[in-house]
Amino acid sequence: MNRMDHVIEVEGLTKRYDAVLAVDGIDFAAPAGATVGLLGGNGAGKTTTIAMLLGLLLPTSGSIRVLGHDMLRDRFAALARMNFSSPYVSLPHRLTVRENLRVYGHLYNVRHTDQRIAELSAELDLGALLDRPAGQLSAGQKTRVALAKSLINRPELLLLDEPTASLDPDTGDLVRTWLERYRAETGCTILLASHNMAEVERLCSHVLMLKQGRVVDRGSPQDLLDRYGRDDLEEVFLDIARDRRSANAEQSKVPA
Amino acid sequence: MSGSARRVWGLMYRHLALYRRSWPRLLELAYWPVLGMCIWGFTASFLAGRLGAGAAVAVSALLGGVLLWEVCLRSQMGMAISFLEELWSRNLGHVFVSPLRPWELVAALIGMSIIRMLGGVAPAVLLAWLLYAFNLFAMGPVLVLFFMNLMIMGWWVALGVVSLILRHGAGAEPLAWSVLFGLTPFSAVFYPIAVLPASVRPIALALPSAHVFEGMRGVLLDGVIPWSHLLWAFGLNAVWLGLATMLFAWQFHQARVRGALLSIGE
Repeated sequence: MNRMDHVIEVEGLTKRYDAVLAVDGIDFAAPAGATVGLLGGNGAGKTTTIAMLLGLLLPTSGSIRVLGHDMLRDRFAALARMNFSSPYVSLPHRLTVRENLRVYGHLYNVRHTDQRIAELSAELDLGALLDRPAGQLSAGQKTRVALAKSLINRPELLLLDEPTASLDPDTGDLVRTWLERYRAETGCTILLASHNMAEVERLCSHVLMLKQGRVVDRGSPQDLLDRYGRDDLEEVFLDIARDRRSANAEQSKVPA
Repeated sequence: MSGSARRVWGLMYRHLALYRRSWPRLLELAYWPVLGMCIWGFTASFLAGRLGAGAAVAVSALLGGVLLWEVCLRSQMGMAISFLEELWSRNLGHVFVSPLRPWELVAALIGMSIIRMLGGVAPAVLLAWLLYAFNLFAMGPVLVLFFMNLMIMGWWVALGVVSLILRHGAGAEPLAWSVLFGLTPFSAVFYPIAVLPASVRPIALALPSAHVFEGMRGVLLDGVIPWSHLLWAFGLNAVWLGLATMLFAWQFHQARVRGALLSIGE
């Protein structure tokens, strides 16, 4: 795959907070149309990496190119073509769902915002919620609204930080199904940080395993399962988290 | 509408949508300016009754001072509190990952500051005219220049407050309400700069507001527009605004280094 096909290119990315090395010289690339999973325990550097990709956080060193733009010099050109969703960042509670989506329609300069809101409302079943204040919604409803916000500009790159955290299995499945469909229809690239291994196995074509700020393994979910001789990614995750690599994994090297 | 204007409007719409639905919010805008005008207006009426016709000019200066100082106060609070509302709703993470440039954020905050200031000061101006027969517009077109200088001062003070919030987080929130009250004694709102002790006068002379109020008294008491004070006010505002802009740019950059843009409201 040539360089032009990579929506995200990260080289030597490092973030240091005084004595703490949060991200330690990671390299990775996300091919166009792929869904890349960022896996790792708490404090592994997933959210820090996403914050740097979004331009919210300046790296200590390294380079980030997103959609062909250097995020340290020209981030606004890329930000207009990408979007972000996290259950840990709220939308204004007193605004209705429709007003919130209008605000972001304006911020992302979406043409025919109300028409786009109607489309998203139909696709994500938000019709009954549009005129309700965002603060009065359940966790599952908020997640659907946050997803609608993140899709308002038809992003070419979607960064999702634990998109199904705290959702019941039914709503979680609905969100995952919708993400699969959106990616298939639009060719959008998705970077997904998650603790839900079944979700990662289902959605991701590439996985990066992070530990203490480093990429300690990578590959497709099937590659990782084969390499560790396991039946599911949760076992692989535990092997890595607890440094109990299997014989197969010992023999292999982390691919570049 | 250009992309930039649309983003500025988007952020303003977020605040205006709340006012459209909430009468307590609208009431709160005018509450303090109207209350202040009532208290100072009745005080001025009482003094005018005791001191006779000669006090009328002093009463005008007092009421003019009250109303014009509200312009500065409401401009500053309107801008700083609009930023705080983004922080309280934990929405900054979404705002800062949108294509909204930092200067567009400031432009939107200034837009909201003008709207909030007008919503607060206009009822007080009307009340002064109805209850005390004080017509602020009798000062003539120069009033626009007084307004402009006081609004600009409110903006650079607010930009300083926003910078401190970016640096110190929620701990700096009370400054949004209090900081300009601390400058009131040096702004010579109700008395000439000459009344201040000599050691304090340099502080007053460094503030655009003191020059505006000297100018206002010149118009009301002597019927003369003191252009030199207005020039000083504009010059000082340019310097302070430049310094506040540099402080904001530096603190915004530092917030990105520290990762404070995501966690600032916590």
